[in-house]
Amino acid sequence: MTAEAIIQSLASGLLMGLLYGLIAVGLALIFGLMDVVNFAHGEFLMIAMYATFFLFMFFAIDPLLSAPLVAAALFVFGAVVYLLIVRFAVRAKANAGMVQIFSTFGLAIVMRGLAQYFFTPDYRSVTHSWLGGKTVSVAGIFLPVPQLVGALIAIAAFGALYLFINRTDFGRALEATREDAGAVALVGIDKNKVFALGWGLGAALVGLSGAVMAIFFYIYPDVGASFALIAYVTVALGGFGSVFGAFAGGIVVGLVEATTALILPPSLKAVGIYAVYLLVVFIRPRGLFGSM
Amino acid sequence: MDTAFAERRRRDLIVASVLAAIAATVPLFVKDVYVQNIMVLTLMWGALSQSWNILSGYCGQISLGHALYFGIGAYTTALLFTKFGVLPWFGMLGGGVISALIAMALGYPCFRLRGHYFVIATIVIAEIGLLLFHNWDWAGAAMGIEIPARGDSWLKFQFPRSKLPYFYFALVLACVAWFVTWWLEDSKWGYWWRAVKDNPEAAESLGVDVFNSKMGAAAVSAFLVAVGGSFYAQFVYFIDPESVMGFQFSLLMALPAVLGGIGTLWGPMLGAVILIPITELTRSYVGGSGRGVDLIVYGGLIIAISLVRPQGLIGLFSFKQLARLKQLARLFAPKRKEVAR
Repeated sequence: MTAEAIIQSLASGLLMGLLYGLIAVGLALIFGLMDVVNFAHGEFLMIAMYATFFLFMFFAIDPLLSAPLVAAALFVFGAVVYLLIVRFAVRAKANAGMVQIFSTFGLAIVMRGLAQYFFTPDYRSVTHSWLGGKTVSVAGIFLPVPQLVGALIAIAAFGALYLFINRTDFGRALEATREDAGAVALVGIDKNKVFALGWGLGAALVGLSGAVMAIFFYIYPDVGASFALIAYVTVALGGFGSVFGAFAGGIVVGLVEATTALILPPSLKAVGIYAVYLLVVFIRPRGLFGSM
Repeated sequence: MDTAFAERRRRDLIVASVLAAIAATVPLFVKDVYVQNIMVLTLMWGALSQSWNILSGYCGQISLGHALYFGIGAYTTALLFTKFGVLPWFGMLGGGVISALIAMALGYPCFRLRGHYFVIATIVIAEIGLLLFHNWDWAGAAMGIEIPARGDSWLKFQFPRSKLPYFYFALVLACVAWFVTWWLEDSKWGYWWRAVKDNPEAAESLGVDVFNSKMGAAAVSAFLVAVGGSFYAQFVYFIDPESVMGFQFSLLMALPAVLGGIGTLWGPMLGAVILIPITELTRSYVGGSGRGVDLIVYGGLIIAISLVRPQGLIGLFSFKQLARLKQLARLFAPKRKEVAR
């Protein structure tokens, strides 16, 4: 194996890792805000991919242009899911943890069923998009353009999110609610509104990643499942409650996946990710950047 | 021990014996193979969920990776039988012991983890197992293993022509899982587990061996789930990694307990009795189209129950509710009571 091949696969691992980070950050945001793990996160990604696909098929809008539209649609969807389901799940007096897991898991199953019903289980793909199938050569390393643009979008989204949380009133309300939801209610901020907007924002971020993923990945009702597991691991690896952790976790996951693929057969590449997660939490039980 | 608790335990045992006896006679009246199949699955999932409940319900260590033990049970039995001709009964026992040992080996590092970190570790470990079996050629890899059916035999525990023996074995399994839970509830372990679940630090300071009680719960739970997996392999004659070790399996194992009442004696069985027939019926009536209607019904049911009855359905069936009903009945018939006085 040449050094070039290693650099090549690390580079594509890094790009994929940034995308994993973007998929995971919505999950991390929602968890940090209200300690809820959304078990339908993969299905959020799935409908974002379908939305991108249908906008492309019916209106010939390229995924790059439809990404903001999809993100906006997912924002509304996320807020609605909070108001209709999660709001009641967090109120449960008994078994709060299991109720959250299983109400969002139930939602995941319903969404998969609806996707099968309306979209059929067929595999779809966005063909002939602006970026699809193109590669670019940087210093002798070939990079797939969709992943490269996706990674740039991920970096931009993280930057925007950082500014948003730290510089805007809503961002401050978000931070404050996450610190102490009770005290926030006392100063007149509607906790439910903040949570709903938080869910909207989290879903919008996964919507953005779905639009990018649709360029180079097959779209089918179960597509979310495999990415959801990677997203959970990414968030936990980075440390629950840390948005920056999701970013870092994503990069680690991407690089580990690429490295594992060099050593083990491709079908085992996820084993490397899982093993690194276990190794990290066995040494540091709160992830890389999590607070206890 | 207070007498009300002893009274309740005695009553639980009597109710369970009566229910088991009734269940044992059901196949005498119900000859339909399709319905018998649903009954076998209901008892099996009830038993699995009851076993899951020991670690996750009583001891509070939420595992979403129990598919690993189910798969190990199924694979041990199938591999020993097809490769070495070892009778499934030994495979069953062997699978149980191997699973219990693996559960303890994994528990050693994992039980230091808390909350979501623990849950995700269990998911990830089961997923590693799934991928390894997927790539393990000797064990059939992705193709799986077919168990050759050579006619009815208790020795080989296979009955291609009848569901009845499976029904009775599943009933015994469900009874054993229930009885083990019942027995452990009032043992030293049972008290330790509840203490560990409620407040591990306080339990530790009062002299509870937190770590070992988690290990004990994991071993018992994994052993029973593996026996269930081994039974499943004998029941369906064909296993592959996805069908016995997939993540879905772990969730499905937890579901009856969660819907019925997590950490309760009756919850898992009640959840299975309600959930499994509904699942199977919707699957065969509206799922055949392959268009996901069964998933929509099933998922909707899960959302509805978990939001409406977060403590599980078991509360609806308690003796307190029964007493309340009696009170209600008395309200409507007050005259006779006064006459009796």
